[in-house]
This record gives sequence, C-alpha cells and structure tokens, in this order.
Amino acid sequence: MSNIRVIPRLDIKGHCVVKGIQFDGFRVLGTAEMFAEAYYANGADEIIYQDTVASLYQRDVDLDVVRAVARKVAIPLTVAGGIKSTANIRSILRAGADKVAINTAAVAEPKLLRDAVKMFGSQCIVSSIEAHRRPLGKLEVWTDFGRQSTGIDAFEWAKRVVDEGVGEIMLTSIDREGSGRGYDLEMISLFATALPVPIIACGGAGTVADVVNAAKLGSADAVSASSIFHHFYSDAQHAGVSLRGRYELRLESELDSGNVDFLQKGYGGLRDIQVTPSSIPGVKRAMREAGLSVRIEATGGEYAVS
Amino acid sequence: MLSPKVAIVDYGVGNLFNVQRALESIGANAAISSDSAEILGAERLVVPGVGAFAEGMKGLQERGLAGPIREFAASGRPILGICLGAQLMLTHSEEHGTHAGLDLVKGLVVALRQPVSGGEQYKIPQIGWNSLRLPDYASGSLWDNTILRGLTGEPSVYFLHTYITTLHDPRASIAVTEYGHDRFCSVFQSKNISGIQPHPERSGQVGLQILKNFLEQ
Repeated sequence: MSNIRVIPRLDIKGHCVVKGIQFDGFRVLGTAEMFAEAYYANGADEIIYQDTVASLYQRDVDLDVVRAVARKVAIPLTVAGGIKSTANIRSILRAGADKVAINTAAVAEPKLLRDAVKMFGSQCIVSSIEAHRRPLGKLEVWTDFGRQSTGIDAFEWAKRVVDEGVGEIMLTSIDREGSGRGYDLEMISLFATALPVPIIACGGAGTVADVVNAAKLGSADAVSASSIFHHFYSDAQHAGVSLRGRYELRLESELDSGNVDFLQKGYGGLRDIQVTPSSIPGVKRAMREAGLSVRIEATGGEYAVS
Repeated sequence: MLSPKVAIVDYGVGNLFNVQRALESIGANAAISSDSAEILGAERLVVPGVGAFAEGMKGLQERGLAGPIREFAASGRPILGICLGAQLMLTHSEEHGTHAGLDLVKGLVVALRQPVSGGEQYKIPQIGWNSLRLPDYASGSLWDNTILRGLTGEPSVYFLHTYITTLHDPRASIAVTEYGHDRFCSVFQSKNISGIQPHPERSGQVGLQILKNFLEQ
C-alpha cells in the first residue's frame, strides 16, 4: 500500500495565511513563512499554497511570497491560484514550487493543461477541481475560488483532465470547505476509486477522525487540511514554542486587506473555531492506528538558505 | 567550510532551482549551467530533471551537452543523476518508443507495472513518500561508501515518477523500493556515477543527507 500523504494547505492573501468558510470571510492567522516552517519541521509530507484572490482579481501569484515559503521547506510545494499560462507556470516553478494546480484557467481553456503537461511533465501539473453540490446532488465545477458557477459536471471534468494528462487532482468540496463538518466522502470516494491518478481530498476537515475517514472510507491518496493544523500550530500552548513571537506579521509591506481582529485578539475565542485542532504527528498516529500507511518520521530541524 | 563547485546541468527540463537551493543550504557552491566549459570545470555534476526521456535527451543534444557529460564522467569526478537525470545515465529507455540514453551505466528504463484491473488500489505515477531498502544481495554495510552513507533503517524519500531503472549489473543497485507489482532499483552507484529516482532536494533531512554525502564523495 502507498503511504497516504498528509498535506497542510495554506490559503494565502497578501503574504498571510488566511482561513475562511466556504471560501469567504477570511481571517488572517499569520504569515505564510511561519506556517510553512512549522509544518515542514513537524512532518508534513507536502505543502499546498493556495492564493485565494489571484484568480478572482485576475492577478498573478506573488512570487516573492512563493519564494519565501519555498526557502523554508525541503518537501514538495504545490502552488495554486490564478495560473493562466505556461509562462506563468515557469515563473512559479522558478520561484521554488514543485507543482502547480490549475482550476479557473483550465476550465476556460482546457488546452492549457495539455500544453503544460507537455512542457513540464504530468507529475508537475495538478488539476484543481472545486465542486459545489447542487440541491439534487449533482456535483458542479465552480471557478474563481468558489465565486463562479460553470454548469460543468465535476466528475466528467475530472475524466477530461486525466485525458489531458494531469498527474494529480486536488479535489475540494466548496460546501464543506472551512465548515469542519468533515470531507464530502461520497464525492472523494467516487473520484478516488474511478480515476487512475492520485486524488488529494480537500475541504471540511474538522477533527482527526475526519482526516482518517477521507483516506479510509473515501480512499483518498492524499489528505489536505488547514484549520485543524493552523489552530494547533498558532497556539503557543499546543505548539510548544510560540511561532507568533518569532515573526513579524506585517513584515515590511502593508497588509493586503483582510480581517486581522482574530489575530490581534489572540486565540482565546474558541467559540469561533469550528474545528478540533491537531498536530500533524497526531493525525498520522491516528491514521496508522486505523491501519493506513503513512510516513511517520518528522523531517525536523530548520531548512533555510541564508 | 565545505564548498565544492557543483554544476547543475540545465537542459530545459524541469525545476532546477530547488536542487540548487538544497545544495546551497548544505554548503555547496552550486551553479545552474548549460555551458560545456563551465560543466567541465566543475568538481561535481548534478543532472536533475523531470519530464519525458526523449525530451530530456533532445534537450541535452540540442545544447551540445551529451558529450561534455560523458567527458566529465570519464574524468572520474562524481556525477549524480536525479529522477529523469538518473534515467538518462542508462543505455536505453522504453518511454514512448525506444530511445538511446547517455549509456554511462548499462541498463534500461521501463514503465512501472499498471495495477491489474479490479480492486487494486495503487496509482501511476507514483507520487509520494516511499522507503529505500537494502537490495537482497547486500549486507548492512553496503551504504557505507555510497551516497546513502549514514542513513539507517528504511528511510523515506519523495518519489514522483512513472518509469524505473533496471540495471544490467544488479550489484550497481544500492537501494530498492517496492511499489505496486514492482521492486525496483531506486538508487544506483557505479564507480563515480550515481543515480537516484526519488527527489533528494524535496525529501527533507534524509534527502539533504544524501546530497551532503554526494558533496563529500
């Protein structure tokens, strides 16, 4: 059996990690670098870097932030958000990404996936599919980070992107995203058992059990979670060392925008947290106890190029 | 401080920057280059690369780099091929037809075997962490004088591939990895030529240790 990958996902706005609910109402939690470093040191198998607004505002991913994150980690980094062209992909890879995930631009122009696969290899090109469940249960592809309906059936689209040659699919349930109600297991299982490429399950992890279930019941090849890890590692009591004390949130630039109240007021507001925080080793232990195969060793230490 | 001059061969394929960054983080003076004089002037050579074999060979030939790499190899200085770069060291590949490689190590590149239909849950390409194990012929000390020196147990490294290397001389294989129906050579070393199928530059501390061993060879 292959090892199930555990992948913290950083939703980025400006140079900060934010977290919303169903892709909306972002709160700032800290800097991208801070979380990347903590996740690498604590045994993350990969990191997903999702620019939350690039696509919506038709901007390019901020390469300086990608560079800063890439410098902190010696594990694979997948960058998503607003990727429009092979030139764009090249510049993101040059900034230190190992893979890119594409949603909006691929829906508009599926040939982009094929061109990108030809140029960079399928192992480098991930199809990001953000699906919304319609009232009758139909799964529909949405673009622009959950803002734009397309009418396209998500499963049919997944078969198409596999034909275009992508190496992986990052599958997000918009309905579950940020809710902490668990992954959409029915959707994940459908995709993961029918498609020949690995499926990364995204959206909805609220507890360790949810993550275990995505792999165990949903057959996901990789599981991605954000809130349960963000809230664990940004809490000094959990993380052992206060990450917040080691970083300047604002660095030298203006904060893009966004709600920093949550950050300024600290992490006492448990009522606002929809999830039960957990460490990465905590999740992996539970997965192993459930009979799943995972990479246990933490990479540890600091990886930085001066 | 250890700072050997390393040339990272740029032949238009894949992501070289993380290889450079990883090498620099452990003290190498690493330059990305497609200049044959610079390549021949280096103390160590790294051939990275992801993507298709034929594209890779074409990239080397178009830039006139196959000759300089062979010349570097003949000089006895250490060369490390990573992923596609490791595959290119071999004689032939069966990826989309038959293509000649650099032939620095005798062997053939073949595809991972597909799952037999019905219930088998593994995916191709292999994407993720998997273990390096000692080959059957080997004793516990095999890794002592190789790029795997100092690693213990069955260390996990990051794989991202569809094709695997099969060597004519099984004893050139210094680590094997199991995936699906295959138990394949994941690291090889033949005199000064080493190849590694997973990505040491993205394999955390284990990967950095492998690169460090290569610098110290």
